[in-house]
Amino acid sequence: MIRVAIPSQLIAYTAGATRVEADGATVGAVLDDLDRRFPGLKFRVVDEQDRIRRHMRVFVGQHEAKALAVPVRDGGEVLIFGALSGG
Amino acid sequence: MTDAIRLLVGTRKGAWMLRSDAARAGWRTQGPLFLGQIVNHFVRDPRDGRTLLMAASTGHLGPTILRSTDGGTSWTEASRPPAFPKGEPHGRAVDHTFWLEPGHASEPGVWWAGTSPPALFRSADGGDTWDSVEGLNLHPQVLDWFPPEGGTPDGAILNQVVIDPRDARHMYLATCSAGVLETTDQGQGWRPLNQNVRCDFLPDPYPEFGQDSHFLALAPSDPDRLWQQNHCGVYRLDRPGERWTRIGEAMPKDIGDVGFTIVPHARERDTAWVWPMDGTDVWPRVSPGGRPAAYRTRDGGASWERQDRGFPVEQGWFTVKRQAFCADARDPMGLYIGTTGGEIWMSGDEGETWRQVAAHLPEIYSLSAVPAG
Repeated sequence: MIRVAIPSQLIAYTAGATRVEADGATVGAVLDDLDRRFPGLKFRVVDEQDRIRRHMRVFVGQHEAKALAVPVRDGGEVLIFGALSGG
Repeated sequence: MTDAIRLLVGTRKGAWMLRSDAARAGWRTQGPLFLGQIVNHFVRDPRDGRTLLMAASTGHLGPTILRSTDGGTSWTEASRPPAFPKGEPHGRAVDHTFWLEPGHASEPGVWWAGTSPPALFRSADGGDTWDSVEGLNLHPQVLDWFPPEGGTPDGAILNQVVIDPRDARHMYLATCSAGVLETTDQGQGWRPLNQNVRCDFLPDPYPEFGQDSHFLALAPSDPDRLWQQNHCGVYRLDRPGERWTRIGEAMPKDIGDVGFTIVPHARERDTAWVWPMDGTDVWPRVSPGGRPAAYRTRDGGASWERQDRGFPVEQGWFTVKRQAFCADARDPMGLYIGTTGGEIWMSGDEGETWRQVAAHLPEIYSLSAVPAG
């Protein structure tokens, strides 16, 4: 089980929840699991070529994940943030 | 006709709706919808009168399409928004949808979307799921028409999809780096349609493609008449002709013929309106001289008349973007502009007089006038 922090930009998908749980051995698998339960969430974080969008940031624990293949250990934490993005 | 009018307003910070009374005298503002979403286009399906589609994204999140099938009471998100196939050969991803076009009257449920980077997508289920139109998106010349590093400051765009009301297979696209493209087989094959359209910014000023076509409109009373507001002037083309005429040459020289949009009359084939902007030296793209005005031709572009009654006579620096000048179909026609300063102005007498009907909205990207129903 992975603990996932949801940013304000995405709580419309999670019925307001800022903390959810998910399964998956990589960042991509965790996002796929989230998308099954919260349809549409993944595409707003990751583009169709599996690139994390320019103004979104994803961390596994304290380390930023730049690709979906980054592993996540069971019991770990994934944090999704909206980065700085204009006015 | 005395139906009330509803204005669908897409802005840089969400969407709003305005509803008029039957005389178009009083207006009530409703909203915001999806506050904070960048709404590039907000459109109603004229075939059922109930479906509304909105092209949305945010500063952070990827793009999506928001849908209502009950006139705007409830909304859902498209289950598969416009996106290139995974692993497509040019590595492209949709940054945002810029234009939404309801399909031909004979094809209920079909919609078309133009995106940034420039590409065309089609939905056959009322905008819920979208597929890449490979006849354009994988055309052998696609990287010549839409260079990856090219385009406008917010990203290169497929500005517009225009469908011949007589033939669902005959369509035009207005694009920012290939000018106008035409298909006669509903998107399988495409060819440039840019003869005599100028490119001030290329070594060859009259190339086969490369033009920045800001807006294209078919005259509702004669779909063989095309009006175009280009980055480099106002043009007209009567099909089956191939060679555009720069009718903007007849505009006053101190105003010029640079602008974002053009609106044809609903019934008079020789009448259209433009909204000029300042395209001198560093291209301020504001109302020339700080004096906002529409210009109308009633003779196919041979001459133009200024229509500024009601607008500020000085220090009015707003302009009107591509999708933010529209008309209703009443007689006399109502004309509507949404400004970069978040104001909506309307004319109930075909441009003779103008009045402000909303203010203090965010920068307006799109405006659409539909029967209130």
